[in-house]
Amino acid sequence: MATVQVSEAEKVYILHGIRDDLRVDGRGCEDYRHTEIETDVVSNTDGSAKVTLGHTAVLVGIKADLGKPKPMLPKEGYLEFFVDCSANATPEFEGRGGEELGTELSNTLYKVFNNKHSVDLKSLCISPGEHCWVLYVDVLLLQCDGNLYDAISIAIKAALFSTKIPKVHISADEEGAKEIELSDDPYDCMRLNVENVPCIVTLCKVGHRHVVDATLQEKACSVASLIISVTQKGTVTCMRKVGGGSLDPESIFEMTEAGKRVGKALHAPLMDLLQQEERLGTKRQKVGFLG
Amino acid sequence: MAGLELLSDQGYRIDGRKATELRKVQARMGVFAQADGSAYLEQGNTKALAVVYGPHEMRGSRSRTLHDRAVINCQYSMATFSTAERKRRPHGDRKSTEMSLHLKQTFEAAVMTQLYPRSQIDIYVKILQSDGGNYSVCVNAATLAVIDAGIPMRDYVCACTVGFVDETPLADLCYAEEGGGVSSLALALLPRGGQIALLQMDARLHQDHLETLMEAAMTACKGVSKVLDEVVRQHLQEVSVLTGE
Repeated sequence: MATVQVSEAEKVYILHGIRDDLRVDGRGCEDYRHTEIETDVVSNTDGSAKVTLGHTAVLVGIKADLGKPKPMLPKEGYLEFFVDCSANATPEFEGRGGEELGTELSNTLYKVFNNKHSVDLKSLCISPGEHCWVLYVDVLLLQCDGNLYDAISIAIKAALFSTKIPKVHISADEEGAKEIELSDDPYDCMRLNVENVPCIVTLCKVGHRHVVDATLQEKACSVASLIISVTQKGTVTCMRKVGGGSLDPESIFEMTEAGKRVGKALHAPLMDLLQQEERLGTKRQKVGFLG
Repeated sequence: MAGLELLSDQGYRIDGRKATELRKVQARMGVFAQADGSAYLEQGNTKALAVVYGPHEMRGSRSRTLHDRAVINCQYSMATFSTAERKRRPHGDRKSTEMSLHLKQTFEAAVMTQLYPRSQIDIYVKILQSDGGNYSVCVNAATLAVIDAGIPMRDYVCACTVGFVDETPLADLCYAEEGGGVSSLALALLPRGGQIALLQMDARLHQDHLETLMEAAMTACKGVSKVLDEVVRQHLQEVSVLTGE
């Protein structure tokens, strides 16, 4: 992450602001920064989305590939995650510099998204034990300005929403050998149900209060943060404390409650936006990075 | 050529272009706020992002410091989802390393490095979607990013790949044409002086044809330079309106 240096005086200023529920950029403690979402930005993927949250920018591309189900779960497909911390975000990520952060992020994403409660993995199965769809979810960090988890999870949800998997037809010949045929028609495709796909909310403990969507400056003032993944219904599916400092149990409860509230409120406008974009169909003007 | 007719009798190519026609180039400067310079460029279906940091103090090993000019540090990488077949690693493979080296050479020829002794300029390019001509798109995007960073250059560096089919040079090859066994040539040009910053050809070609091919490449590069110039002027106009001058 791009390093910021915050002086003592600045820290005090940020801390006092948060105490009074007024942050440096004018937001309240539970407000997100300006967010932009666009789906279908990379045409040689099966689903993609670009999300900017303040100055944080991520691009997610999903490719569906045929694979073999895991022996323990023969009736389910699975997801693979890869986070590429590119040098575009900060020169520190050059060469192998971003690998550590990338692994940490992708491991969390596995825990949050790769289970049957979040994504309908059964629908990815083609023939039990033999063939299934593997969704390769590749996250590309283009710019880091704090709150990576939230931005990535929003982008993944949007990309999953826009993913179109071609329908397959299985035919068996006399000897029982199965053959898979992909549909040629690009409109003959399967969509994923993203109803239960959670979004991650990161809460940063700053002073005695906590904030959502912390900027890098605010993050520099915080002792530790809690990431919570929340579904549309407000169910918490994953929780993790990150950062060096320690948190007392009481504030963890408080933060969980706040996370639930914020996360639930995050889903409705997101789904609205995605459906609105979907309705525009081919009339939609693609902006991508040119806007 | 196996099956695919790259140039029809009527003189049209697979994607309907004429032999000397370039793909549509769209670009934007100043895409990101944190970097010193950034640009995004689309050439047909190939899309690239370039980011420039610097000139700044040398990072890492100081032994690379040059006393009379700046060090140019390039990294080329491709998004894992950029190609039809998913890539396993975004950078670090041989092809990317080679490409980084070519970019470095190209920009060492163009950037006025002697103005910044003992410092470093980082140029990072990322291919988001690949459809042929990756090297040239990267160079074109990086030129805009360097200009956006306000680093002086001798001239725009413009690059283009040209192929040779049926005695005709084809400008700005797309992926289908690149793969079709065409002998292709990549050229980076400083258009005003007509200086060549990089020239690369890996295939067989009769010596007699080389001149026509180079000529075509240079014309194509000059075409690209016009588009880039327009983008820069447009961008400056927008920025100057915003700052109220």
